[in-house]
Amino acid sequence: MWQFFHKLASPKFFYDFSSRLIFWLAIVTIILMASGLYMGLVEAPPDYQQKDSYRIMFIHVPAAWMSMFVYMVMAITGAINLIWRIKLADIISMSCAPLGASFTFLALVTGSIWGKPMWGTWWVWDARLTSELILLFLYLGYMALRASIEDKTNASRAAAVLALVGVVNIPIIHYSVEWWNTLHQGPTVTKFDKPSIHTSMLIPLLLMAFAFKTYFVSVLLVRTRTELLVREFRSSWARKELSK
Amino acid sequence: MHRPSTFQACKSLLKRDLLLAFRHRGELANPLLFFVIVVSLFPLGIGPEANTLSTIAPGILWVAALLAALLSLETIFRSDFDDGSLEQMLLSPHPAAVLVAVKVFVHWLVSGVPLILLSPLLGVLLQIPEESMLILVVSLTLGTPILSLVGSIGVALTVGLRRGGLLLSLLVLPLYTPVLIFGASAVTNAAFDLPVAAQLYFLAALCVLSITLAPIATAAALRISAD
Repeated sequence: MWQFFHKLASPKFFYDFSSRLIFWLAIVTIILMASGLYMGLVEAPPDYQQKDSYRIMFIHVPAAWMSMFVYMVMAITGAINLIWRIKLADIISMSCAPLGASFTFLALVTGSIWGKPMWGTWWVWDARLTSELILLFLYLGYMALRASIEDKTNASRAAAVLALVGVVNIPIIHYSVEWWNTLHQGPTVTKFDKPSIHTSMLIPLLLMAFAFKTYFVSVLLVRTRTELLVREFRSSWARKELSK
Repeated sequence: MHRPSTFQACKSLLKRDLLLAFRHRGELANPLLFFVIVVSLFPLGIGPEANTLSTIAPGILWVAALLAALLSLETIFRSDFDDGSLEQMLLSPHPAAVLVAVKVFVHWLVSGVPLILLSPLLGVLLQIPEESMLILVVSLTLGTPILSLVGSIGVALTVGLRRGGLLLSLLVLPLYTPVLIFGASAVTNAAFDLPVAAQLYFLAALCVLSITLAPIATAAALRISAD
């Protein structure tokens, strides 16, 4: 088991291993997303209050979940790089940032589109919207910091420190904003007792959530592989790969 | 050879930094002046109506304090980084986090404390009711150390860069939001005679948290920047 992880950290092994993984992940993503969208947009009944406009949640909610999840991945891989100096972890961390920012942006845009018919306005200073917005700023700051430090090793370590500071801060920001103003509907899936969402809507939502996860991992792997080639272009395996 | 204890090192660092700050009095006045000017621009933009001003005053004061703190942050490590004394501090046998904490404490003494002292005056200009004046001062007293501490992480990350100033604000301002929320809402609540204990406790908790964690992160970031 440990040996496998050690092997995985070697760029060449990772490059070969991920090429197979991406293929299967892409297939799973397509199946999950197609079935999730079909069940969500066609089969699920319209909401008694929000009619059909609630259906944007099948994109909005998974995107919002991913925005937090990707930050965690970014911070954890950053920490791994900071502690054990594993180059691959840094590349993954770096590839996470634009993806996470995009998910956050998507959550904000879909939230805004949802908000127009629901709340009658494009933007409200609702707690969760606001903390998503701040999360977007954190992502942009992370990317800006990385871009402005020229030395790659230093950039990766500085960015990792920033990501870890963000991890401590995100819950604080989240709860302070929540406390500041709440208009957003309460959580409907993660309640500890019975979720207050109907199964016919819950299943497509979960399908979409998994589809977003597998989509994220496959795109992450593609980005990581590209960055690996860029950084390792001097090594023999990368040259062989590039001359193909 | 006599080796000074960490406590002695902290004491001499404290003395040195205070002296340095005292010799550069003009530089210290700038963020304060900025604070005053920004606050006095708001009535000009919004109108002199006392009711409007007093409703938005807590927000204005706190945002202006945030920006003023941001402006003065660079001075924590900039000159020490440029002349190499920061590297010597990191190389010394004393824990870097402790030395960093001392430097941040000095920064708070010379930038945060004057700001706190100035705030009632600006509160008067913005028609803040007298009852909330005390809360304004208390909330700033609890909040400005957080600004210096969290800000020091950002400075430590960007101190090696030529043009780090703008980047610094991008990194630090989102992290300041909880302080702004609790600080401003404490002052607002005080004006309406509502309880403010929750906000102040929260600020105090954040303050303790940043005192314990921020110097460690700052020291780690400085080591990276000094590399």
